[in-house]
Amino acid sequence: MIKVRIPTPLRPLTKGQGEVDTQAHTIVEMIDTLNASHPGIKDRLCDDTGELRRFVNIYVNEEDIRFLKGKETSLKDGDEVSIVPAIAGG
Amino acid sequence: MEFTEDQISRYSRHILLPEVGGKGQKKIAKAKILLVGAGGLGSPAALYLAAAGIGTIGLIDSDVVDLTNLQRQILHHTSDIGRPKVLSGKEKIQALNPDVQVSMYEERLTAGNALKIISEYDVVIDGVDNFTTKFLINDACFFAGKPVVHGGILRFDGRVTTIVPKQSACYRCVFKTPPPAGLVASCQEAGVIGVLAGIIGTIQATEALKLILGIGHPLTNRLLDFDARKTQFREIKVKRNPDCALCGAHPTITELFDDGDPFAGCAVRP
Repeated sequence: MIKVRIPTPLRPLTKGQGEVDTQAHTIVEMIDTLNASHPGIKDRLCDDTGELRRFVNIYVNEEDIRFLKGKETSLKDGDEVSIVPAIAGG
Repeated sequence: MEFTEDQISRYSRHILLPEVGGKGQKKIAKAKILLVGAGGLGSPAALYLAAAGIGTIGLIDSDVVDLTNLQRQILHHTSDIGRPKVLSGKEKIQALNPDVQVSMYEERLTAGNALKIISEYDVVIDGVDNFTTKFLINDACFFAGKPVVHGGILRFDGRVTTIVPKQSACYRCVFKTPPPAGLVASCQEAGVIGVLAGIIGTIQATEALKLILGIGHPLTNRLLDFDARKTQFREIKVKRNPDCALCGAHPTITELFDDGDPFAGCAVRP
């Protein structure tokens, strides 16, 4: 089981849940699985070409996937994934 | 410079600290800190930095005080509605501590004025409410070589990180570009729990003071994320991005520009 932390702006897509459990072996797979149970979430995270949007960061156990293997980063049981978009309120 | 007896009393709880002492308090008295935005984050930062005895506080904000600001912007009072925030802010700062010089800039920070203003300060506090100006502050501080303490708040979430140009990850290393206008919601639509501004703005002031004093460990290469619903802090490791368009090995950003529309908003749209 992978625990995914959902940021506030995306919670309307998860019925307000801040954490969602899912099964996946990679980040790409995780996004597809999340999108199947919470339609629309992929569109928020990826652009039209399927690449991760530049202002959204994904961390596996608090490590930026950009410094791992990007969206091909593998996941294992018990991993925690955080989706961290920029916020700019002041 | 020598402190008067009143000043020694006023700052005695600082001077007692081995990490500060008389020497540190003099550094504080000589320091110049720029607050970009005299709103939610800028308010608590301004008050604590004024109380601390910062020599010069710069306030830049083009807005006037609005009734909807008062739920979180504690620098401004009900009687200030309709008055420029920089003027209201200057009065509160000097009422709290007349030792502090206040420089007012009743304008927006833009690619045109940013370097000139920022170059006069030692540390910058980012308390603005939109992506475009947050990226501009990051870029301008990089070019000016000034440390900046970034903060952001939304609903029940707060973020804060310290950026020392060329030494630690910059805002673009982490977030690259502002979200496109169509994907952004305004702060008015999103809402924020007022006290969150106090928590994050006060951490920003702490970071600024530490940078001035040269003590402790700055919040560099760490994005501190606060969830007010759970009262939980989380630290996300960030690193300099060798491909960063601003501070990477082959930069494509070589001069300041306004990246996007500062009126577009502050949050990724749900």
